[in-house]
Amino acid sequence: MAAISFSGVKKRYQKNDVIHGVDVEIEPGEFVVILGPSGCGKSTLLRMIAGLEEISGGTISIDGTVVNELEPRERGCAMVFQNYALYPHMSVRQNIGYALKVAGMPKAERDAKVLKVAKSVSLDPYLDRKPGELSGGQRQRVAMARAMVREPKVFLFDEPFSNLDAKLRVAMRAEVRNLHRSLGVTSVFVTHDQTEAMTLADRLIVMNAGIVEQVGKPSEVYHHPASLFVADFIGSPAMNLVRGFFAEDGYFRHGNGGMIRLPGLAPHHLSQEVSVGIRPELVRRVDASDKNAIQATVDYTEELGASRLIYARADGSTIIAVDTRGDALGTGMPVHFAFDEADVHVFSHDTGRRLDAPGRTHRSSATVSA
Amino acid sequence: MERRAYYRNPVLPWLLIGPQLILVLVFFYWPTTQALYWAFTLEQPWGGGNSWVWLDNFLAIFRDGEYWLTVARSAFYALCTTGLSMAVALFLACFVDRALKGTKIFQSVYVWPYAIAAPAAGVAFRFIFAPQSGIVGSINQIWPGIWDPATNGVHALIMIIICHAWLGIGYNFIFFLAALQMIPRSITEAGAMDGARPVRRMFDLQLPLIAPTVFFLLIMNLISSFTDSFGLIDTMTEGGPVGSTEVMVYKIYFDGFKGLDYSGAAAQSIVLMLLVIALTFVQFKWVEKRVHYN
Repeated sequence: MAAISFSGVKKRYQKNDVIHGVDVEIEPGEFVVILGPSGCGKSTLLRMIAGLEEISGGTISIDGTVVNELEPRERGCAMVFQNYALYPHMSVRQNIGYALKVAGMPKAERDAKVLKVAKSVSLDPYLDRKPGELSGGQRQRVAMARAMVREPKVFLFDEPFSNLDAKLRVAMRAEVRNLHRSLGVTSVFVTHDQTEAMTLADRLIVMNAGIVEQVGKPSEVYHHPASLFVADFIGSPAMNLVRGFFAEDGYFRHGNGGMIRLPGLAPHHLSQEVSVGIRPELVRRVDASDKNAIQATVDYTEELGASRLIYARADGSTIIAVDTRGDALGTGMPVHFAFDEADVHVFSHDTGRRLDAPGRTHRSSATVSA
Repeated sequence: MERRAYYRNPVLPWLLIGPQLILVLVFFYWPTTQALYWAFTLEQPWGGGNSWVWLDNFLAIFRDGEYWLTVARSAFYALCTTGLSMAVALFLACFVDRALKGTKIFQSVYVWPYAIAAPAAGVAFRFIFAPQSGIVGSINQIWPGIWDPATNGVHALIMIIICHAWLGIGYNFIFFLAALQMIPRSITEAGAMDGARPVRRMFDLQLPLIAPTVFFLLIMNLISSFTDSFGLIDTMTEGGPVGSTEVMVYKIYFDGFKGLDYSGAAAQSIVLMLLVIALTFVQFKWVEKRVHYN
């Protein structure tokens, strides 16, 4: 039985639909990350699980019980808020123990439990401080301890690291990951940060404009994006995408007048407008003599240390490639690229969905499912 | 850096603050010095100047048992008015803050009473509470004599307390609502996730966080109930029946203008003034070191 199950979940504010029917099952003990750009409805979806937003349509079940009409306290969820939402007038001890106090647990038992949880996130030296006297990372830990102490059925995280600096964010990420491994509690984590999402998630839910675009393992979502949106949104630098038509001669003609030879793909996608894409790290620098080489002109390069990004123009469209050669490249210089046809993704322009040729599996996805 | 405007013309700044200065001097400091003068002097029986009597006027009122009764009554009046007005305002503000249906309307409607002059409200409430004809009077038809502020002192006092509290609700409401809306919504939500019901959240989370506002209103209401009750009492009961609604400020008026004991009334004024100054002082002290969260 699913830990959390969405069935046709909708959210409507006055007359605006912001979530258009979400159907997802979350397995017990799973760490699921909801990823999407600002305003895609990911936080709203999380708050609907928590009971902080009314569900306008469909049902959400937790452990098989429909929770639509249940109050937040009856749902067995604990939540870590974006701005921590600590009680500023209470000490760390009182903050963590508040839920137990409300539940009527005797003081001795409560204090023991608070201490145990505080120790597990190394907060025990700060129990008598007020949140105002703590650093950002410590406040974050208090927020997590406050969620843990209730031993909830489900952990909900609403962009909890967005107020932390980059280094602390990485550290907290590891901490959340460890926490999940040791407690094994079903967790739903909302973020717009794809690195965070990729590193934390057992499974990703990619949302856009109130619609679930794709549900899958991080590698699956990365290597086998189900839609144009996912292809473009996931990955940094973004996937090279270009719009056009396949022709019977085995060439792809894109809108800017250029041609790419893709004989394996062309016969399957004739007579419809498509977008084809390839990840920058799968675009290879080759010598001019290579028979599949595409010639391009360098716009500029970005040094990343271990590698660099080449932004180049070919037939009027931009190509981004990850390059590890150390030679000097200046604006206006010619470069040559090549890639394997098996690494190319094809998306329908009308529906935005992925098009897979019958009998042909995308190479990377084959490795994923193996 | 502090920015200041400098005037080359030395007369201009005085001209600019002149109107306000004259107002303050004529309507505040002059009467106050007059009251001080009277409080320490006694007018001779057949006129002909005042004689300096040091603290005799004060000793006279402090020795008067009836005066202490008035002080006690005033304190009781102030506490009840303040408590009632703040409790009702907080209750309403909490509901409006929870954004229940009709919030927008109530937000403005609740403020109106504050704009009503006390004597006008007094006259209106005299009708409402009139035992013969008022709305409350209909209860008298069922149980005759259960409500009669004209002869029952307790009833009269209750009537004025309710009216005074009602007048202050709007003012308190605005402050409470503003303070409640300053609390981040996520704190209330965290409370809900922690299992606290709305009432519990109000006592555990919202009230402590608006404590500075509560304290500010407490002092403002106490001051108001010591000094602003005159208009109500004068239109509703004139201190009666048998002095049972006579609070400090009304006794000053009565002793001074009806009893023509200027010196005694002036001494009482000074006592009331000191009381208000003390409350204001407490208020300022608190504001200075008030706790700021985050």
